[in-house]
Formats: sequence, structure tokens, C-alpha cells
Amino acid sequence: MNFFSDPINFIANWLANLLLGLGVSQAATTVILKFIGAGLVGTFGLGLVIFTIWLERKLYGRIQDRLGPNRVGPWGIFQTIPDIIKIFTKEYITPVGADKVVYNLAPILSVSAVLLIWAVIPFAKTVVGTDVNVGVLYLVAVGGIGALGIILAGWSSNNKYSLLGAFRAVSQIVSYEVPMILALLVPVLLGRSMGVNTLVNAQGIWFVILSPIAAMIFFISSIAETGRAPFDLLEAESELVAGYQTEYSGLKFGMFYVGEFLHAFTISALTATLFLGGWRGPWAEQIPILGLVWFFIKTFIVYFTVVLIRISMPRLRIDQMLNFNWKVLTPLALVLLIVTAIVDKAFYLLIPGLNISQSLVPWIRAGVHLLANLIILLITVQILKSVHIKGVEVVGKPRPVAVAPEPPASVIS
Amino acid sequence: MSAEQIIFLIVALVTLVAAFSVVTSRNLIHAALWLILTLFGVAIFYVLLDAGFFAVIQVIIYIGAIAILFIFAAMLTRRVMQDTGPQTNRNWWLGALIALFLFAGIALMLVNWQGFNTSAPELANSGGRISQLGLALVSPDQYVLPFELASILLVAAMIGAIFVAGEKKS
Repeated sequence: MNFFSDPINFIANWLANLLLGLGVSQAATTVILKFIGAGLVGTFGLGLVIFTIWLERKLYGRIQDRLGPNRVGPWGIFQTIPDIIKIFTKEYITPVGADKVVYNLAPILSVSAVLLIWAVIPFAKTVVGTDVNVGVLYLVAVGGIGALGIILAGWSSNNKYSLLGAFRAVSQIVSYEVPMILALLVPVLLGRSMGVNTLVNAQGIWFVILSPIAAMIFFISSIAETGRAPFDLLEAESELVAGYQTEYSGLKFGMFYVGEFLHAFTISALTATLFLGGWRGPWAEQIPILGLVWFFIKTFIVYFTVVLIRISMPRLRIDQMLNFNWKVLTPLALVLLIVTAIVDKAFYLLIPGLNISQSLVPWIRAGVHLLANLIILLITVQILKSVHIKGVEVVGKPRPVAVAPEPPASVIS
Repeated sequence: MSAEQIIFLIVALVTLVAAFSVVTSRNLIHAALWLILTLFGVAIFYVLLDAGFFAVIQVIIYIGAIAILFIFAAMLTRRVMQDTGPQTNRNWWLGALIALFLFAGIALMLVNWQGFNTSAPELANSGGRISQLGLALVSPDQYVLPFELASILLVAAMIGAIFVAGEKKS
């Protein structure tokens, strides 16, 4: 094992040997190394947010024809650090009638739920947090805890707007979990596994090519899960002040802020892992550290798209959002799941009889799946063109013009 | 003591305290939160038993769905959440006695059981257990009938819920 090709495992091995040399037992060494690894991944995730907040503000600024942060450090890259120091000095305000324990628990839950996702993401061929064989289900399970954080924040603040934000959060996050899980099942079907690392290994051809619709549904519904524009109804400023985080101040607000930015980056990492081949790329097998580079290049490309969507899209109305989920995304995901399952099964039943060389099989499989996806997409577009989804009538009905009442007889006479 | 045993003891203690707090706490939301902690403890037990699938399913269904439903229902009823009445009635000692006897009986049975002191053997085929489970659920000579019956029951419940909650068109 070489330091330059795989530094992380090199250091881990060195540390393990050091501990074993000191007389620590094998089991204890494993536990200690796991704890160090978990701490490092968590710290890395939180440290990355310092950078992504700057990146997003800069992009935001450029698109709105401003400069963005440009004072602290080159191109303002260290702007977030003074912001963090400032937020530390702010006063904590707990509103009267707030449920103190729950009020303080909510920001912690919302950040930790996002950080928990990082436990199963494979960064490179040899740098995998935990390769659990139910990784995809784990992602879904952790998402539920994030929803819990938002609900508790809204409820415990003792504020109408917070509570309304929490209600919207429930309807939005719980609804969008349905198409997200259905779309997640497509890579599970194609990769024949629920382990995230196994799915990356199975992506000789990226799953986004095999199933672009699943990638799209997953991407859209995970943006909805993060609660950012165009799905930021839970903190719609013009209606709800700041939604569930209205009453939070100082570092507790900062936790929500960090949680939101980290979540946006995490869904980019998930999309890159599940659909864009994760750490796969040229020479990633031989030199594991290159896998890290490919992984982050892909993640940042997806993250850039997330930011672009956030900046350029107006906010959806609540009925539009729910209609889009239940009447477009969910049926589409269901149809896609069934079609993918049938096509894949039929393909493997038919392929032995066709006498094709073994190296071509994955490519033909990708082509067949792509074709099925394109047909589904075409039919969907045709149906959407012909059917008008009936929304809520927002234009007021014409009311009769006010007529002055007849004056009483006593006034006339 | 191995690391696994230490983790087991800590988790068992936390789970028991949380389970006790579920029934004693007066605030409905706090009770729901303690319930979530209890269910988490049970999920960790599943992990310690090498049943990762059940652990994750436990978290998805019990915490991600049922506990959130509890909290959501409690959120809608802010004013009646603080219960000030007595938490026990006159027969509490009878309930405690029966619970104690039940616990003693189960403990006695377990201690006399021959497998009580032997540690569990390593499970074979660690990688393919989920696919085995999946195949068992749909194979005709195993669990396909209960599985399909449960599906029909859930669909019927869902249709019923939609019918009850849906608007009446006259």
C-alpha cells in the first residue's frame, strides 16, 4: 500500500499498527478507528459547508449581477469564517411558552440527520464509511429523522408561523418521500443490491444513462426534501416570516442554516453516487485517491445545478407542489419501476438465445433501458399536454357591485 | 467484557429509562420523543443481533412513519396536551404485582432454558440474507400467502381511509 495512491488507508493502517503495538486488543482498535473515522467524516462534512456557503453566495451574487462576498481572503473565500464568529456572539432568545428541551433538540436533530447520510457514502474505492448491505434503506430511514427535526422546531417555538411552516413541512417532506423511494428502487433493481458501494461498483455504465427518468425524479424529490427554492414553502418569507425557524437566533439558527446547506450538498453527493457512478472514472481502480477527485467533481457539478435551480426558479404554490408530486411524479415513478423490472427480467431471459459476445451485453442492456425510458418520457409528455391538471381556482369570482341600501322612509320624508 | 457487551448494557439502560419515561411523562410530545428513543434502542438491539435489515426497517416504519404521525396528531391539539390529572388509579398495586409475576415467570423460564448461557453462533451467508428474505416472501412454499394477504389488507385499509376522508359528491 502506497502513501501517494491511497493516503487515507495508509494512515489508518499505520494508526492500527501503532495501537496494536501499544498492546490494545484487535477489537478495541477497530472500535477506536471507527470512532475516529466517524468523527473525521462529520467534521469534514461540516467543514465543507464553510466552502459551499461561500460558493453559493458567490454564484447567487453573479447571477443577480452583484459581486458577492469579496472582502475576506482571495475572492472573499474566507467570508464564512467571520460570519461564523459573529453568529457565536449573538444572543440566544427562547420565546415565552416554548418547550425548552424540544426547542433546543430540533436544530441538533436537523443537522445530525444530514450528517448521518455521510456514513454510507463511498468516497473512493477503498474509502467507504460503512458498507452496510441495506444502505439505500438507511438513506430513507435517516431522511425521516430530518423531517422530525423540522416538525419539532415548528411546534416547540410557540409561534403560529412556525407551526404553519411545520405543517407545510410535513405535507411536503412526507409526500415527496414517496416518489423518492420509488426512484431509489430503480438503481437497486439495476444494480441487484441495496448496498451503496455495491451499486457504485455495478455502474460500469452510469445509471443515469440506463434510467434518466429515475435520476430526474430522485433529483427533483430530493430538492423538495431539502426545502429549498422552488420548494421552499416551509420557510416562505412573504407568507410565514421564516417558517419553522422564525424564533431561532444565534447559533441555533446557524445550525438550521448549516443543515440546509449541508443537505443540499449531500443530495448532490447522493445523486452523484447513485446515478453518476460515484467514484468511478479513469484510473480510479488503480489509484484510489483519484476516485475521491472524480467523486467530488461529479458532486460539485450536481451541486451547481441545485444552486442554479434555487436561484432561477420562483416558488411553487402549495397546491401546485402537491399536484406535481401526487399526479405526476408518483405515477411516473410507479410506471417506471414496473417497466424497469419487466424489461430487465425479459432482457436476461432473452439474451442467452441471441448469441452476443459477453462484452457487449452491458451496452445492449443500457440501450434497451434507455429506449424504455425514452418511450415512457414521450408518453408522459403527450399525456401532460392533453390533460389539464385542475388546480385550485385562485382568481376571485366576480362579486356584485356594492349598492347603497335604500334609505329608511323616515329620512326621505 | 467485550465492546459489544458494553454497548449492549448502555443501550439497554437507555432503552429502559426511555420506555419508563414514555408512560410517566405528562407532556404528549415528550412522551412521543421518549418513544422514539426507545424504538431507536430496539433498532440498535437488532444491529447487535446482526439483523441490519430489521434495524433499518424499524427506524423507517416506527420512527419515520408512526412516531411522526403521533407527533403530528399531537401538534394539532396544543391546548389539551398538558395532562394534570392523576396518572394512576386505585388498582395500580395489582397491575404492578401482575407485571412483577410475569417478569419473574419469564425470567425463571429463560434461566432454566438450556440455551441461556451459550452465545449465538455466527450466521452463515452474511451477504445474501436480504435476497433470501426477499425470495422467501414470494416463494409459494414459504410466505407468499401471508405476504399477499397483508398486501390486500393494507390496500383495503388505504381505500377505506380515502373513502372516509374524501369529499362526498352528491
